[in-house]
Amino acid sequence: MATTAIPHEPVARTEHQELPFIRKYIFATDHKIIGIQFLIMSLLFLFVGGLLAMMIRWQLGFPETPMPGGTVLPETMAPGGILLPEFYNSLVTMHGTLMVFFAIMPLLVGVFGNYLIPLKIGAPDMAFPRLNMWSFWIAVPAGILMLAGFFVEGGHAAAGWTAYAPLSAKGEFSGVFAGQQLWLLSLAVLGLSSILGATNYITTIVNLRAPGMTWFRLPLSIWSLFITAILVLLAIPILSGAAIMLFFDQTIGTHFFDPTAGGQPLLWQHLFWYFGHPEVYILILPAMGMVSDIIANGSRKPLFGYHSMIYALIAIAFLGWIVWGHHMFQSGMNPTLGMGFMVTTMLIAVPSAIKVFNWMGTMWRGNIRFHVPMLHAVSFVAMFVIGGLSGIFMASTPVDIYIHDTYFIVAHIHYVLFGGSLFALFGAITFWYPKMFGRMMNVFWGRVHWFLTFVFFNLTFFPMHNLGVGGHMRRLYDPSEYEFLQPLAGTNRFITVSALLLFTVQIIFALNFVISLFKGKRAPENPWDDNGLEWTVPSPPPHGNFVTTPTVYRPPYEFSSPLVEEDHLPQDRDLGQKTDPASAPGTG
Amino acid sequence: MSWMLPPSASTFAGDIDFLYYLILVITGVAFVVVEVGLIWFIIKYRSRPGRKAYYTHGSVRAEFIWTAIPAVTVVAIGILSAPVWTHVKGRFSAPADALIYRVTAKQFEWNFTHPGLDGTLDTDDDFTIRNRLHVPVNRPVLVRLVSEDVIHSFFVPAFRVKQDVVPGLNTQVWFEATRTGEFELGCAELCGLGHYRMRAMVTVHDADDYERWLASRATTTALR
Repeated sequence: MATTAIPHEPVARTEHQELPFIRKYIFATDHKIIGIQFLIMSLLFLFVGGLLAMMIRWQLGFPETPMPGGTVLPETMAPGGILLPEFYNSLVTMHGTLMVFFAIMPLLVGVFGNYLIPLKIGAPDMAFPRLNMWSFWIAVPAGILMLAGFFVEGGHAAAGWTAYAPLSAKGEFSGVFAGQQLWLLSLAVLGLSSILGATNYITTIVNLRAPGMTWFRLPLSIWSLFITAILVLLAIPILSGAAIMLFFDQTIGTHFFDPTAGGQPLLWQHLFWYFGHPEVYILILPAMGMVSDIIANGSRKPLFGYHSMIYALIAIAFLGWIVWGHHMFQSGMNPTLGMGFMVTTMLIAVPSAIKVFNWMGTMWRGNIRFHVPMLHAVSFVAMFVIGGLSGIFMASTPVDIYIHDTYFIVAHIHYVLFGGSLFALFGAITFWYPKMFGRMMNVFWGRVHWFLTFVFFNLTFFPMHNLGVGGHMRRLYDPSEYEFLQPLAGTNRFITVSALLLFTVQIIFALNFVISLFKGKRAPENPWDDNGLEWTVPSPPPHGNFVTTPTVYRPPYEFSSPLVEEDHLPQDRDLGQKTDPASAPGTG
Repeated sequence: MSWMLPPSASTFAGDIDFLYYLILVITGVAFVVVEVGLIWFIIKYRSRPGRKAYYTHGSVRAEFIWTAIPAVTVVAIGILSAPVWTHVKGRFSAPADALIYRVTAKQFEWNFTHPGLDGTLDTDDDFTIRNRLHVPVNRPVLVRLVSEDVIHSFFVPAFRVKQDVVPGLNTQVWFEATRTGEFELGCAELCGLGHYRMRAMVTVHDADDYERWLASRATTTALR
């Protein structure tokens, strides 16, 4: 067993065998490079998904007005710059699909799962580095298949990101043939990538923890990624199976979901949401974990109720399997079943509340440093609260009768996925950027980006609640068809302008990200005075991460400990004979 | 931008609206408490030179309190919601004396089969109108929902009624209009490229007016 790795002390490192460029950066097996590959890919998809959202917003805010720059689109999408209804349906479908499967999920799981797990548990790499390489290189063709759908005859999938059958099952209903098939194939292929990744994460966390890194010394980010990986492993095969069934309905005339031949449309919904609700938690749990790391760091305090934070994660993950029916209250599913799903859905508010209050408890009597990651992490809490509270409306089955399939739902999902996950990701990217690239992102522009994003995010999505309360349905190409929606046209225009500004200010983030790669301040080993093991190695860490395997002496959040002068106490620092009460935390 | 629901026009709309406003108040309070708390902490505990944060790992008592309060609250909301749900959507909730209609939905239109003068569906005097539904006021109405192609959703905002129309599945929905007038009906489930214009009107007549309308309708049908 190795002795202590003392931070800040320059260590002579053994020269690693230099790999050829293609093995080092293209077909890489280094978890850090794979994480960065996922980062670049999913940020590109995030941009494309945002661009689609802008087109959706233009149509809703200014129907029948040519879209600026819309004339570059072909006649089959937007003749004269005016979007066609069939293209609008593709936009809605693909915005959801790209954001969920190709942006947020790979950003959280692909990027930070890969980058953080070995570094934070003190391992040289993943348990299966080559499997890890495959998980990225299978995701790439999945992305290409998904993008190819825009260029085939009949346009891209247009049945919503939920692909409800029979609209998605028969081309004659939607006018889409190849597009929907590519969509299904792409998701099946991407599923394989996710399953490989999840297997690797679970194996790595179980087996490769450094000496002393017990389960209850793991940072919340690793706990959340561990639980997420289990959800991925169990949920994704359900989607893959369902997607293949739907693909067969489309191509070889099986009738799983076609009622005219004995199939059952609700079967698709049950399968989709049985995958889909755990998926919702796949999209938020890692964000919660990383926010916990950042808030403890920013507050300079141990995470409030570390153990109950872990139990709350487990409770959310477990309850996440038995709430899928709340997407189907108005679907024709037995209404008695609706009651059961209402109860489980209401219960999931409890662990969510525990998490919010414990984050607040962490900040209470802290010594809060408002670095850019902290600004995003606190915004995450503030926005996640709104997304959680709006969920109670739709959990109540009678209220859901009215707000189901309205903009209230759209507001809710964006408060959770953008206000929640994406703010956490902005925070996490800024927090671990120095470790990834060896340079700091610009603080001033980071603050400007955070402030403008926070303002325009709320101006965009908060009024969507009001649209939903007014009865505004989702996925509506032209709301002016309805008299009762006429008074909401002004709100729609306001949202569109805010959304355009929200999208525009992301340029600041993109520029800050790219320019800092070359011009950023050189990052020290531990720029945020954090306790994690990843901060004891150089920025960026070499292949193999640690020269000697670190030994872990305490939990991850020993900030402001009375044992030391400074306000942080790294996990691997050996205090010798000094008693270390925190190594056996009593409360929480 | 309003948090007020639009005017309602059905018997159970009041119950649904009450639950909505109750949740609005509860979540509103929670929202203010949390956000004000966050802002207060941000200001009060901001980093200042020479300070060190209070070293604590938590408090079981505090955590118990903030677990119990939300748990009790959401369970209470669930208990209040259950009877309303059963009343509106329960399998046997439609009143026995309801006037029965049939809606056949297809891309992108609603075909309403009215029970005719005898008030009974599937008799000779039934008639079908496209995108128009006529019902009497203060009388329960049960609508049987049939889809010929994909999933649609029967949504009348003023009645607080929404029910998916699933091909191959016999769904139904009931309501009782409380005032006369014209109300919009829309499709709430993405059903294809014409989804956005799958719209219909519901006309609520008073009892006499409904009879007169049925009679005039019967003559025009007879003449045809």
